[in-house]
Amino acid sequence: MEKRGIGMGIEDSVPVKMVDFIINWARKNSLFPVTFGLACCALEMMVASSAEYDIARFGAEVFRPSPRQSDLMIVAGTLTKKMAPMVKRIYEQMPNPKWVIAFGACASSGGIFRSYSVVQGVDQIVPVDVYIPGCPPRPEALLTGLMELQKKIQKETIKDRPLITLPGKTA
Amino acid sequence: MTETKYMTLNMGPQHPATHGVLRFALELDGETVVKSTPHIGYLHRGVEKLMESKTYWQSEPLTDRLDYTSGMSNNLAYCLAVEKLLGIEIPKRAQYIRVMLSELQRIAAHILWLSTHALDIGAMTLFFYGFRERENCLKVLETVSGARLMPDYIRFGGLREDLPDEFMEKARIFIDDFPRRVDEYETLLTKNIIWIKRTQGIGLISAQEAINYSVTGPVLRASGVNYDVRKAYPYSSYEDFDFEIPLGDKGDVYDRYLVRLKEMRQSARIVTQALDHLPKGPVRAPDLKHVPPEKESVKNDMAALIRHFKLMADGVEPPKTEAYASIESSKGELGFYIISDGTNRPYRVRIRPPSFLNLASIPRMIEGALVADVIAAIGSVDVVLGEIDK
Amino acid sequence: MSEQQELLKTLSDRFGQKISEAYLSFGEPVVKVGRDSLRDLISFLKNDPGLSFDMLVDLFGVDYPEAEPRFEIVYILRSTRNNKRVTIKTRTRQTGMDTVSDLFKAAEWLEREIYDMFGVQFVNHPDLRRIYTDDDFEGHPLRKDFPLQGRDYDKPFTVTLEEERSK
Repeated sequence: MEKRGIGMGIEDSVPVKMVDFIINWARKNSLFPVTFGLACCALEMMVASSAEYDIARFGAEVFRPSPRQSDLMIVAGTLTKKMAPMVKRIYEQMPNPKWVIAFGACASSGGIFRSYSVVQGVDQIVPVDVYIPGCPPRPEALLTGLMELQKKIQKETIKDRPLITLPGKTA
Repeated sequence: MTETKYMTLNMGPQHPATHGVLRFALELDGETVVKSTPHIGYLHRGVEKLMESKTYWQSEPLTDRLDYTSGMSNNLAYCLAVEKLLGIEIPKRAQYIRVMLSELQRIAAHILWLSTHALDIGAMTLFFYGFRERENCLKVLETVSGARLMPDYIRFGGLREDLPDEFMEKARIFIDDFPRRVDEYETLLTKNIIWIKRTQGIGLISAQEAINYSVTGPVLRASGVNYDVRKAYPYSSYEDFDFEIPLGDKGDVYDRYLVRLKEMRQSARIVTQALDHLPKGPVRAPDLKHVPPEKESVKNDMAALIRHFKLMADGVEPPKTEAYASIESSKGELGFYIISDGTNRPYRVRIRPPSFLNLASIPRMIEGALVADVIAAIGSVDVVLGEIDK
Repeated sequence: MSEQQELLKTLSDRFGQKISEAYLSFGEPVVKVGRDSLRDLISFLKNDPGLSFDMLVDLFGVDYPEAEPRFEIVYILRSTRNNKRVTIKTRTRQTGMDTVSDLFKAAEWLEREIYDMFGVQFVNHPDLRRIYTDDDFEGHPLRKDFPLQGRDYDKPFTVTLEEERSK
């Protein structure tokens, strides 16, 4: 008799795969971003939610002001050392599961500002799932990045979803 | 024994209505504001120190990112200061094109202000209407320079290259249609009873106080003071154009709204005049020592190639003087003071940000107001944190 | 003579030896004074009914590390009625500089910025603290001996929140 358990083969069975598919499909098509525009890239993020580059077709037009009700953080703009504790606090306040998109060159790696007060990339503080380069990236680039994130969410399995999450860990 | 204390409320750096990373610490007595303190510096990127370590050519992209709602204006202010240092005369065609692009950029910046200000107060329809217009305006600017937000098209010596052929037609289609759109916005808001009750009598500042706080731009003109850098110290052939400066009388949020709407109409008037009377000629100054040659001659001529290489690698070397140049951007008087020590890197660049001094007058405006009026007052002053925090 | 030269003549008649240099730069007057007579000069320019320079356009500092005194403070004033500009420069050490924030309200924040970037302390300022950098930042960034990337650029950047720090 084969041993069946998580990590030992149960995730390949058909009922588990069907449940995975439904959970992933529900999560990826209803991402709620938290409004976190810091600098110039925030303008392109606002344009992406207007009528011409419609982000509502991906289910993500509800920008929640409060982090407790959202599950996606789009860091758009330069992160400075004075603002870094706020980013970490907002990230810790978001409930699991959560994802982070680093939008723009400044959020990915510091951009053209290599100076005494700029953090060289937001991934020094929070774990990042998708990086979008550009200065600023066009709104279509944000939609492409969102689709890449949706493909990443599609591939999640039961191993990535523990029942108990300890503080400091992500789902 | 009971004691009464005021409640301290923190409108934190992450807030949907503060237009960037701005933090306000409000002391409240119930719902009324007793004292307020703005805290800035959450977007301080060290632009002035970065410019001291780059040549004059290399620091132009840094100026784009200051007031990121209107990129062409910052480029123009920086180029005017450097051209004053070097003593270059710009040909007429380049000056008229600079005026046209600045006014189109002013229209785009004012539309963005109107959409976000109305969204904060609650009129969400204007957000979608305004962004439709702004997209068309940015498409016109994109035919010229290739980028929507950070154009980098105005260089010292003139422009990067001449206008493409389809620009005149696209600009004319946009600007002929534009006054009708401003009429649409006016029908939504100007006589709307909710808008009037939320904006009249809020955020008052008198003319004397505004001058003492060094407020410039539409906020100063709404209080009745007639100061516009385009008429007081004309630059780049503004004296050839025919336009008016709208003034308000009370200095509240409603007056600032009316002043900016009228400014949009006057900008459309200037663009139409520039399109009608655009002169022909070169777009670069014939200064061989400081201005790079045309791109066509770089591909064919050896001397032009060497000159282009030397200018891009070493940069220009202005004489050992200081110069101040300012323009009227959509927020107020944007000035650059450059101190040069004779080498190819500036010794000190000082940026005079209009929104910094406008923001310092907000605690005076909201003394004794309700919390909801704080949002209206901040929105009406039109702060851009990229410019404040440099 | 032109109006700008008349202004320079009025100032040198009244202040005499205290003005060290007065000249025209790109058509606008520039005046250099010592630190002690700065407040008198600015109050005269603001309160005199014929001149009435009532708006402070800009106020900033420059660092010359080899010179003594080290810092140069530049004031640009403007008259709303007569539409004229004048530039005033003075040199100072780090301590003992007079404030003009009672004459111009705009100078409060501008002098805080000079304190943050250069370290110049203004006497009688209502609220002198840092404005751009963190409250516990060490050093003054715009001085010439402060490195561009900061003092600890080779160490990784970590953030500890206050709740975690107090545990």
